[in-house]
Amino acid sequence: MGEPPHVVTTMPTTRRPGCPFDPPAELVDARRHGPISRYPFPGGVPGWLITGYDLVRSVLADPRFSSRRELMRHPTIDYGDIEIPPAPPGEFLLMDEPRHGRYRKPLMGKFTVRRMRLLTERVEQITAEHLDAMEQAGPPTDLVTAFARPVPAIMICELLGVPYQDRGSFQEQVDSFMNGETSDEDLIAAYTSTQDYLAELVAAKRANPTDDVLSDLTDSDLTDEELRGIALILLAAGLDTTANMLALGTFALLRHPEQLAALRTNPTLADRAVEELLRYLTVAKTFLRTALEDVEVGGHTVRAGSPVILSYHTANRDPDRFADPHTLDLRRQDGGHLAFGHGIHQCLGQQLARVELRVALPALVTRFPTLRLAVPPEQVALRPETADIYGVKSLPVTWDG
Amino acid sequence: MDARRCIGSGMCVLTADEVFDQDADGRAVVLRPEPPAATRDAVRAAVELCPAAAIGLSTDR
Repeated sequence: MGEPPHVVTTMPTTRRPGCPFDPPAELVDARRHGPISRYPFPGGVPGWLITGYDLVRSVLADPRFSSRRELMRHPTIDYGDIEIPPAPPGEFLLMDEPRHGRYRKPLMGKFTVRRMRLLTERVEQITAEHLDAMEQAGPPTDLVTAFARPVPAIMICELLGVPYQDRGSFQEQVDSFMNGETSDEDLIAAYTSTQDYLAELVAAKRANPTDDVLSDLTDSDLTDEELRGIALILLAAGLDTTANMLALGTFALLRHPEQLAALRTNPTLADRAVEELLRYLTVAKTFLRTALEDVEVGGHTVRAGSPVILSYHTANRDPDRFADPHTLDLRRQDGGHLAFGHGIHQCLGQQLARVELRVALPALVTRFPTLRLAVPPEQVALRPETADIYGVKSLPVTWDG
Repeated sequence: MDARRCIGSGMCVLTADEVFDQDADGRAVVLRPEPPAATRDAVRAAVELCPAAAIGLSTDR
């Protein structure tokens, strides 16, 4: 029915040089042809790519599209007939109801708007400590290691109860899952040592509960294995996403000086600025779903079993939803971006991320009014598109000391 | 407000905190079942943004 769909054959596509904040041109172009395109998955499996805001949102809200890991196909690797096992206990991102709810429900009360706002003062403290350290060490510095990673890392570790002395090595392990460049061998090694670490941590919390989310969860019917899976999801998500939003967000602001100046001089802009940066950058850029039955999507039939790629970053640049979508405008009024997803899997930690970003970004640009890149912008090393979370590997910055 | 559908995203509280709050389990609660006119746009936005379609708006009196 309808027009034959546009076909996209290359994934992941790369970003155009000089446009590190824009989704790859092929995806933006696919959206121009319509909100849904065909994408042939490896091994000749017919799949789909959705780039339009409304359709991405409706698929995310539709229980006929599954998040179960065992039903997923990799968009670029042909695993042939290898059977993918279901997600391990606790790793609820890759599950459907009711399995998903078993893990999300006990966590919901831990990440409420009110609870996260109570952490504001602590975020301010950690932010100030790191800005002080940057100032004392003097320019130049790598903003990723000096600021963007430690602030969210300390917050999620404190919230979950990861001991202070373990943070550094733990963060390195998690980074190696997420940077999109780790060899399979190193990936397995990092995963195994993280699992071992979390097993010890869960056992320690059970023996001596402290005031943190993981300890609280030991007082439920969740098993150690389940707690380990939950901790892995929360830590990986909490460490990597906000860190990349902070670093890439700073890079974007430095490339839009008039926007940066607006944020610096108008603190009431902070909330809106954070939402706009989330929309504009959308670091968690694509997610997968699998149709459980035949579903009509945008005038096409997505057959049962078909894999679907949801392009959040392209949806967040949909001109039918956002006026002048490729412009970073911190005063933008139209909310409703998909940076945290939609539907039952919408980011559990989003209110924590908001508190961190709305404290850390204005504090950074206010403390260092002459902050600028220490290298030409094209030399800023970006994460590859194969990384689950987009961002910069390092962000060399300098200022007038 | 359908508490069974709620996934505790907090979008409603973020959008219209005069009208919505979350309980200790993270579930949305309606503070003002008949929200004042001044909050109408925010309430509409909260309904629209709810990721789990757990909030409905009724015009019945």
